[in-house]
Amino acid sequence: MESRTFYNEILTDHNLHPSHKARIEGTNMTLEGVNPSCGDDIILELRVNEDRIIEDGGFVGDGCAISQASADMMLDLIIGKNVEEAKRLSDIFLRMIKGSASEEEIEELEEASCLRDISHMPSRVKCAVLGWHTMEELVDHEEDED
Amino acid sequence: MTETKKKYKTFDSKEVRKDFALFNQSNLAYLDNAATTQRPNQVLEAEMNFYQRKNANPFRGIYDLSVEATDAYEEARKKVANLIHAKEAEEIVFTRNASESLNLVAYSLGELVLKEGDEILVGITEHHSNMLPWRQAAKRKGAKVNYLYTDEKGEITEEAFTKALSQRTKIVALTQVSNVFGRLNDLKTFAEIAHQRGIYFVADGAQSIPHRMVDVSDLGVDFLAFSGHKMLASMGIGVLYGKKELLEAMPPFLTGGEMIETVSLEKITYAPVPHKFEAGTVNTGGAVSLSAAIDYLNQYGMENLARVEEELTVYAYEKMERIPGIRILGSDDPRDHHGILTFQLEGVHPHDIAYILNQDGVAVRAGHHCAQPLLKYLKTPSTTRASLYFYNTKDEVDRLIDGLSKIRREMGYLD
Repeated sequence: MESRTFYNEILTDHNLHPSHKARIEGTNMTLEGVNPSCGDDIILELRVNEDRIIEDGGFVGDGCAISQASADMMLDLIIGKNVEEAKRLSDIFLRMIKGSASEEEIEELEEASCLRDISHMPSRVKCAVLGWHTMEELVDHEEDED
Repeated sequence: MTETKKKYKTFDSKEVRKDFALFNQSNLAYLDNAATTQRPNQVLEAEMNFYQRKNANPFRGIYDLSVEATDAYEEARKKVANLIHAKEAEEIVFTRNASESLNLVAYSLGELVLKEGDEILVGITEHHSNMLPWRQAAKRKGAKVNYLYTDEKGEITEEAFTKALSQRTKIVALTQVSNVFGRLNDLKTFAEIAHQRGIYFVADGAQSIPHRMVDVSDLGVDFLAFSGHKMLASMGIGVLYGKKELLEAMPPFLTGGEMIETVSLEKITYAPVPHKFEAGTVNTGGAVSLSAAIDYLNQYGMENLARVEEELTVYAYEKMERIPGIRILGSDDPRDHHGILTFQLEGVHPHDIAYILNQDGVAVRAGHHCAQPLLKYLKTPSTTRASLYFYNTKDEVDRLIDGLSKIRREMGYLD
């Protein structure tokens, strides 16, 4: 069994005091992500400009601390970056959860790296990746429509 | 079935726990008994003994071994009939679980009695397994499902029940004990009211039969479903009790081997009940395990075990309600909970609660408990549930309470 310190200050702080848990102005991409088995549910909104820079992002929803904090940390990381960079970071995050990202890569994830131990917690993986999967789907879907 | 004055074995929690391998091997406080219970060695050995010594396909063979397998299966049926005070063993149909039992009755009784425009009254408290089969039956027959609502404490009064019935109600489907509230419904009164109006009554006994003495003849319900795995037996064996005249009139649910008398290309004659409803090779090992589970429970007496469980429930309730931020769903009287404490902890998601408790070696259920419409009605997204059985201890309850008491602080709250 893992130590109880998994719910560390970074995680609980993002859960209790999220920076991005709100609707944003001028959103042009929205997608709902759901984990049907546990009821985690977020609506992710992004505002992406013509140069494909994510100018702002936010989310609303319900779910466990891991799902909510992970989405908040993701937005901290990707706001101000372009879509390709966001997808690259998401790929690192998902590989970190599977246990196949390098130390250098994990460092790039900044605070989101605090979720690395999820790789040992199969029952919580879906919670941690909800926001990231939703973001990937959202930007891929928009690209299909272009 | 005649009742003789029984002498019960004295209940000793420490002795009881020695019968369960898990409790000897680990320090886990297993508090998810409404989902499935653990199984004592006596039950596992009985099933193994069947497969080692009596295994053959029941009903088919002329040879002794097959006859022994048949006897083992039919003995189990009698044991179940005795447990719930059914008038005859033929009123017991073996299924895989309560879900299959309820699907069977919804299909076959639905085919027999439902007509277009009829109504089925289903409790809002129902597990999906006592709700979705009725919605399917209604769809097939052009009938309509209405819902019977509880008050906010999970109670259904006689008045509320009567009011929910209409001229067109044909079937009522209601649980005896809710898997969320733990509340016991007064099925005897409800079934009597239903029968006065010619309405059939189907009961879900999944959370009641394992925990208390139930007499179906006294209760008066037409059908009652339950699972073996929630009462110490193997997974994959369940029961449908049905009044014989109804089972006889109903068309079969699953068809195939072992449920027929004769088959020609023009005509099928079905086997008599209960075999008409037991298509294919039956789960004899499971039936034997259920029989052994009933023996295990009976050595202490269902009423005595219910008392042990009630004492634990009251103990747990009174400690839990003192935890800051806790809200226990259902009645304010711990005696109404029957081993089930479903709760919310303010500001903390149930999956985080269950996860943190798991780290403390306490197993509880988090989620919607297969009762999504009920939680929606209660405006509660998801909850955590601790559910007890007679083999749990006050020490395990204390560990649950200690763990819960620390969670809000761990999650960054300041109290």
